[in-house]
Amino acid sequence: MTAALLRVRNLTKRYNSFTAVDGISFEIKEGEIVSLLGPNGAGKTTTIQMLLTLVSPISGEIEIFGKNLAEHREELLSMMNFTAPYSLLPYNLTPREGLAVFSMLYGVRNYKERVSSLLDEFNLGELADKKIGKLSSGEQMRLGVAKAFVNNPKLLLLDEPTASLDPPTARQLRAKVLELIQESGGGVLWTSHNMREVETVSDRIIFLSRGRIMTDDTPQNIKKRFGQEDLEEIFITIAREPLREPSWTPCT
Amino acid sequence: MDSLHVRGIFYRNIVLIRRSVPKLFGLFGFVTVALLLWGFITLWVQTLAETDARADFVLLILSAFIFWSLFDLSQRSFGISFLEEVWSRNVINLFASPVKLSEMILGFVLVGVAQSLLAFFYITSLAFLLYALNIWNLGLYIIPFFVNILVFGWALGVVTIGLVVRFGPSADILAFFIPFLVLPFSAVYYAISIFPPILQKVTFILPTRHMFEGMRTVITEGIMPLDNVFWASTLNVVCVILAFLFLYWMLRLARIKGYLSRLVQD
Repeated sequence: MTAALLRVRNLTKRYNSFTAVDGISFEIKEGEIVSLLGPNGAGKTTTIQMLLTLVSPISGEIEIFGKNLAEHREELLSMMNFTAPYSLLPYNLTPREGLAVFSMLYGVRNYKERVSSLLDEFNLGELADKKIGKLSSGEQMRLGVAKAFVNNPKLLLLDEPTASLDPPTARQLRAKVLELIQESGGGVLWTSHNMREVETVSDRIIFLSRGRIMTDDTPQNIKKRFGQEDLEEIFITIAREPLREPSWTPCT
Repeated sequence: MDSLHVRGIFYRNIVLIRRSVPKLFGLFGFVTVALLLWGFITLWVQTLAETDARADFVLLILSAFIFWSLFDLSQRSFGISFLEEVWSRNVINLFASPVKLSEMILGFVLVGVAQSLLAFFYITSLAFLLYALNIWNLGLYIIPFFVNILVFGWALGVVTIGLVVRFGPSADILAFFIPFLVLPFSAVYYAISIFPPILQKVTFILPTRHMFEGMRTVITEGIMPLDNVFWASTLNVVCVILAFLFLYWMLRLARIKGYLSRLVQD
């Protein structure tokens, strides 16, 4: 049986009277890609930010590689990485410089070779010495994903990694990400609003609504359980009426 | 001309100013501090005229200006190194990386030292060329003041970072305002004796006051005022400790309240 890379137990975050994340528990095993879905405000970003230590939970535990995140922050963050549309690389650097900076921050000793290889892997060679601020949003997103691989992470958090990409580029990037993940054998937590993408990449899907996990299962089982073929329809139904349907007893 | 268009522009800016404490601070703070500064300078010049002082004004005023610029730059380069990460929406990447806060601060310190040394050599050379002012004549006496000025600049830089973390990018004006706030009470361009007695007591806690008092003693009397060096250094150590405690507190609060993600959204 494969070991859990990430184990989240009863994680809760409240901002005054608003509960952003409400006692969620889940695991990600080695080589597993888990998608975190939910409507806006469901608690996806707060969950990811708690996994990145940007936000402190009010209760619950996060264990990564068997170690408590709060107690081993630097050690664990050096084995993880992330990308998100709200956190781009500095616009006043070039992709080559930006990737070099993050390679150093993640402790990659042979960073020059690593940067060259990432520029090749993500087809950024021609853009390598242009200012990041002058790249298109799709190119910046691609660079953000390249940055997420600087340290060959064992746990990757991808918050809408293909959000600003046209379909062919998104497909190409997805394929590259899956290839690199397969090579590293790491686990991934992936968020997206593109249901086709989610279905393609995910081993499991976690549906969040109002901070609670509504379901945590394989895409096939979720479709069976809801009696629907289209994941998007399931998403819309859950987002609209999250806590009424008896068969949707929230998972804990 | 459509008055509604003008009203739209006016409204957009007034809303912004009204809602932002740092912006209101910038609006009233700068003029208040400037008034205090020029008031003290005027009083001092008046006193000097009465006593017919033979002080070397060029050396006194320009040296004070050069060292003040060094302090200002030290604080600003520190605060702006962090603000640069906020402005370029890179701050989340930084806080989600395995970099420790102490490593981040040390990196900013090194940037500050490099910039301050470069600027110091440049401005002292320019002062020599333009006004025949050779600050290097002060010799090794300038070293303790130089170091203390840099360190206090960093301490205030750390406080600036804490305030930006707490209040968001709109607090960037504080990066420029904080040194200016300290200026009139540091007796940079005039002697402490010009202050009312109560202010003389209150300003004792400012390391910059002792640094600039000491600098003036070196220039006018040619001796090293050890008491000024002692107080400047001791108060600096206290300020650095308090600044770090403040930053840790602000970061803790930011993680609890979710202010860090707001840094790229405001």
